[in-house]
Amino acid sequence: MSATANLTNPAYTKALTELLFQIADDDFLFSYRGSEWLGLAPHIEEDVASSSISQDSMGHAVLYYRLLEELGHGSADELAHARSASERKNSILVERVNGPGHYMEDPQYDWAYAVVRNYFYTLAKKVKIDSLKQSSYPSLADIAVKINMELYYHLLHWKTWFVQLLSTTDEAKKRMNEAIEKVMKDFNDVFSFGDQGESIPQFKLIEEENVLKERWIAALSSVLESVGAELPREIEVHNKNGRNGEHTDELEEALLTLGEVYRIDPAVPW
Amino acid sequence: MVARLSVTIQDVLDTLKQVKDPEIDTVSILDLGMVEEIIVQEDSIYIQVLPTFSGCPALEIIKSNIIQAMKNAHSIEHVQVEFITSPPWTSDRITEKGRQNLKKFGISPPSHMKEDGSWHIDCPYCGSTYVTMENIFGPTACRSILYCKSCKNPFEAMKPMSTLL
Repeated sequence: MSATANLTNPAYTKALTELLFQIADDDFLFSYRGSEWLGLAPHIEEDVASSSISQDSMGHAVLYYRLLEELGHGSADELAHARSASERKNSILVERVNGPGHYMEDPQYDWAYAVVRNYFYTLAKKVKIDSLKQSSYPSLADIAVKINMELYYHLLHWKTWFVQLLSTTDEAKKRMNEAIEKVMKDFNDVFSFGDQGESIPQFKLIEEENVLKERWIAALSSVLESVGAELPREIEVHNKNGRNGEHTDELEEALLTLGEVYRIDPAVPW
Repeated sequence: MVARLSVTIQDVLDTLKQVKDPEIDTVSILDLGMVEEIIVQEDSIYIQVLPTFSGCPALEIIKSNIIQAMKNAHSIEHVQVEFITSPPWTSDRITEKGRQNLKKFGISPPSHMKEDGSWHIDCPYCGSTYVTMENIFGPTACRSILYCKSCKNPFEAMKPMSTLL
């Protein structure tokens, strides 16, 4: 099987398309959940920082959606706003609500959950981006180099919160450990490529699922060790795989809000 | 017969000097190192531009400002601006003039990052090194917020962006 970019090979194009939808939808939903924290973060500096990170991440989603646009899958705006939940390929983790309530009304968001989700997701993204820098699809490799520079600051930010909160009061540690457990229950498909699990690495678009996951665990282990925490050993994981279009109602609800303006007038500039 | 005055690359560069960062009006996009390639043909100008940060909301404004400036300065119908990601924009693309003009705006120019990932920032007003980082993230994606303990001014700094990160 050829490991070079070959858009005349339908199997290559299929694997590439699937991977792009997965990483685009991941960053799209991740930045949406991040943006829901605007005005609610623990302090003003955090509001500035996390909204900046959400803005960067939305920019990354746009870069991927544009590659899909080039491949003839419709406009980037349409791909971002107009696809139904069953067409989405993001992981379950990024579609989860920030907590009970609504950001406009009585938001009971959990900052410990935000910190753990954002840190674990951003570290996973770093592992993937490092691998994508060697992708067989040159445009994707170029974008990875660009994203990696911005990601440096995101990772630094969430790691700082993660380490700080796990090194302070008993209440903080308790809430952080509960959040770790909750995040890990949804972590099953973060490193999954779904039905394309074999072909995506075979075409050298990115490395294998288990190689990436092991790298993530290795990077996380030293940080966890430094604060006396660990990943839960036995966890009951959810069976849904977002990479195959399986999702929760929480995604449906997010898409209703996200696509509201676009559905009223698709020509509205953003 | 209409004689067409041909536009040179230098003409385009001179015009680009007038196109400023929409949020930092002392610095041109040329001095920020955002312009990668210029192709001038008989009736068209094509310019490749590198975005500083991928989520920067000013990109569309920059694009339309370039097109407008070209049409105003040169009687040319077709001006195309394309954003590209390769090569990636890095902060060492900012010219010396750009660095000086960032300071005039109260923004400390990006410094070179050391091997351990740390970087050094001086106050753009008094030059003091006695500064504290208030927030790595600032009012725009490319900036951080700091405070000078010497002249007691808050100020901003451009984040270093390097492929070594």
